[in-house]
Amino acid sequence: MNIAHDLIVLAPELILAIGSMAALMIGAWQGDGATRLVSFLMAALMVIAGAAVCVGVPDTAFNGAFVVDAFSGFTKVLILGSAALCILMAENFFEKEKMVRFEMPILIGLATLGMLAMVSASSFLALYLGLELQSLALYVLAAFQRDNTRSTEAGLKYFVLGALSSGMMLYGISLIYGFTGTTTFTGVAEVIGQSGVGIGLIFGLVFLIAGLVFKISAVPFHMWAPDVYEGSPTPVTAFFTTAAKVAAFALTIRAVMIPFAHAVGQYQQIIVVVSVLSMWLGSVAAIGQENIKRLMAYSSIGHMGYALLGLAAGTQEGVRGMLIYIAFYAVTNIGAFVCIQAMRRDGEAVENISDLAGLARTRPGYAFAFSALMWSLAGLPPVAGIVAKIYVFLAAMHAGLIIPAVLGVLASCVGAYYYLRIAKVIYFDEPAKPLDAGLGGRGMGTILALSTAFTVLLLVVPWVLVGPAQAAAQALLP
Amino acid sequence: MILQALAFYLFATVLLASGVVVVTSRNPVYSVLFLILAFFNAAGLFVLLGAEFIAMILVIVYVGAVAVLFLFVVMMLDVDFAELKKGVQSYLLPGLGIGGLLFAELIIAVAAHWHFAPHAAPAAATPKGITNTQALGHILYTDYVYYFQAAGLVLLVAMIGAIVLTLRHRDGVRRQKAWTQISREPSDAMALVDVKPGEGVE
Repeated sequence: MNIAHDLIVLAPELILAIGSMAALMIGAWQGDGATRLVSFLMAALMVIAGAAVCVGVPDTAFNGAFVVDAFSGFTKVLILGSAALCILMAENFFEKEKMVRFEMPILIGLATLGMLAMVSASSFLALYLGLELQSLALYVLAAFQRDNTRSTEAGLKYFVLGALSSGMMLYGISLIYGFTGTTTFTGVAEVIGQSGVGIGLIFGLVFLIAGLVFKISAVPFHMWAPDVYEGSPTPVTAFFTTAAKVAAFALTIRAVMIPFAHAVGQYQQIIVVVSVLSMWLGSVAAIGQENIKRLMAYSSIGHMGYALLGLAAGTQEGVRGMLIYIAFYAVTNIGAFVCIQAMRRDGEAVENISDLAGLARTRPGYAFAFSALMWSLAGLPPVAGIVAKIYVFLAAMHAGLIIPAVLGVLASCVGAYYYLRIAKVIYFDEPAKPLDAGLGGRGMGTILALSTAFTVLLLVVPWVLVGPAQAAAQALLP
Repeated sequence: MILQALAFYLFATVLLASGVVVVTSRNPVYSVLFLILAFFNAAGLFVLLGAEFIAMILVIVYVGAVAVLFLFVVMMLDVDFAELKKGVQSYLLPGLGIGGLLFAELIIAVAAHWHFAPHAAPAAATPKGITNTQALGHILYTDYVYYFQAAGLVLLVAMIGAIVLTLRHRDGVRRQKAWTQISREPSDAMALVDVKPGEGVE
């Protein structure tokens, strides 16, 4: 092992880690007055780390614990991009809420570092450490508005249930280690290839999947999501549904598909059930929601269900579908949360769907972007959602999962109702008292425009996403 | 060999018994004291395994720092533990039921099919000729440096988080301002007044 070589492979993470600590020093000495400087510094660090990811060549480091390939590159760029945008959103949000604190961007940065470690993890130890680094920072971010009872409740709930799920996952990992004698993904795959999966190993797999499914908030481990997403500050919720989801999802793909490559049948049945239940719960339970952040939480549960279909397929095509899906979901959600964060009336944040009534007459541009993003999340043509759904459903059907795919199409028809209801409220309802002008800060308009443009144009130029996703899937499952 | 087995059963029995008392004891101070007993017995088990470094760390860190901290918290916070435990009775039966079910599953699934993986046994053996501490030192900062640093970052996040969630700057607190305090001159704080007899200070 050559330490210099390993550190070069680790370059993006090192940039982010050392940069975060430097920013922490600036904040500690300059106080909360330096928050804007720290925010821009952290966003710039993410861009630099993203550039470092792009020039990285496929390699492994630290005795196979850390792996860099096209798959990790694809997801890391997504994670870093959405984290940088969330930092800018948070900067504007907390300025408006008058509780500017420099720890915010630093915690987002350290959570992002954990996510990068997660998607590159190639051993169960590295997986667990990355996951804990990310989760611990996210618990604090959820409770960041500590004088707001909803925010502290969100943080506490997330912490207690997150700790429980970590415990289950560790239990699974220790069983897997006990039965295979190794913690590296490739090592586990080798042992299973030689001696098959015993019942004890399946126990380990089930506990591992339970822990992972909790992190992506799919049924039956979804109960925390609506409360946590509703209570957390809006930019933090945006971070949860974009970067954190991408990371947890990429981790799930790698940690299930690589070690259990010779046991597809064992995990397929679990994932199919989780996937179908998530789609249906997400679609049905969201119908009655009035709070838009709560609605987005149920929407997130549903979307995780659709994306998991690709994992159930267990093929390269399935991985490609999942990556396209998660990329579409992250980009669309960033735009949607910019819209939600801009919902303020008389300086106070409002979160009910009825507050959007008749928005189209007062703010046509904002209303169009909001509706287009909802249209895309519903998966209706001619916007981005349909592209992602087609790739996932086709992969599932090619793998012989006809019934789950059909159930998925039906669930998305049911789910379309509540997305379209928002568009209907915006365009056809009697105007409510108008929302405050502006989108809640500098740069927000640009983010929203880019996200909407991506959503509207993806069907015209799908290759921008499909090409890299194909390369990433090939790197993972050659 | 028989002595070792005897020691194992002694440590294991006391460990489990004190674990039960930690959960069921009415007085939280007793709970913490039994927790310390449990730590000592677990350390004994580690010594039997030949992992003396972990045994000592358990005693030093968990008994010396963590348990004492618990004791402080229990004594200083006015938490009514009897009130907290009120619901235990009603949850006892379902809890025991689920626990028993899981235990039975484990017996059936794991114990009946347990076999050591061929790779696992050599990895668990204690290295020959050197002490545990040395063996750990050989790999902790070389093979495991990535994990070690990542764990350090997790602790950093925990520290930042604790400060973010609990530190409040109160008004009216007099803080140390080293430079102002050192650079104070007699002329800033004192005035020499020549008081005439019988007139007092103006």
